[in-house]
Amino acid sequence: MASLESYLFIGLVLFCFGLYAVMTRRNGVAVLMGIELILNAANLNLVAFNRFGGLSEQLPGQVFALMVIVMAACEAAVALAIIINLYKTFQTIHIDEAREMRG
Amino acid sequence: MGEITFIVLAALVVVTAYFTVTSPNLVHAAVALMGTLFGVAGLYVFLYADFLAATQVVIYVGGILVLIIFGVMFTTQIGSQVMVKSSAPNRLASALAVLVLFVGLANIMLQAPWHRGELVAVEGTVKTLGTSLLTRYLLHFEVAGVLLLLSLLGAAYLARREHG
Repeated sequence: MASLESYLFIGLVLFCFGLYAVMTRRNGVAVLMGIELILNAANLNLVAFNRFGGLSEQLPGQVFALMVIVMAACEAAVALAIIINLYKTFQTIHIDEAREMRG
Repeated sequence: MGEITFIVLAALVVVTAYFTVTSPNLVHAAVALMGTLFGVAGLYVFLYADFLAATQVVIYVGGILVLIIFGVMFTTQIGSQVMVKSSAPNRLASALAVLVLFVGLANIMLQAPWHRGELVAVEGTVKTLGTSLLTRYLLHFEVAGVLLLLSLLGAAYLARREHG
């Protein structure tokens, strides 16, 4: 079977792709997709550690991953509300156009 | 058999994640993201997390992804030139930074003395997960519920139509 490192490596690749999306995308929704990739990478690591650390009685890693999924759902809902507000105000969702408060 | 399935799933995750990040069309990126999410759900099955795999499909693919596609459709004017990428120097610098981070983290990952327990097989995690959510992790469970309620109210408040 696949080793712990192979799962960690997939998680690492997902994290790097997500980070690249957050750094280079100019569209708010695309940045949100990058954040989802990062959260998935973290979840994959948690579940992999839970499995290879010997599946203890209470499955702490999987419970933690469930909480992360709940948080991701909240984050997506609020972020899209903010993006829709941004669109109403600026008629665009390019995040570098929203710089009214830049000093 | 298991080995081949694992490799196929890993390749699916990595390739679709690449398209999610680089595709200039946001709808294509969202569809690629669906592939990534399904692939991660498949990897959860390999890790004895059956309930988590089902949750991943229901919440991510059924909920968050639909929300994201809705956001794309709602905020893109048809026929307008969509600028999704930043300038070339910015992209190059970001790629370099991410590459350095990747190499560093991969080094740490290969050298760290990870804790390893014995590899046991379990029948299914639903019962264990339910019990531990309502006993040991009850507080976390309740806090997550409150967080969901708050974000529901917050999102509805933020996205409401202004009157007057």
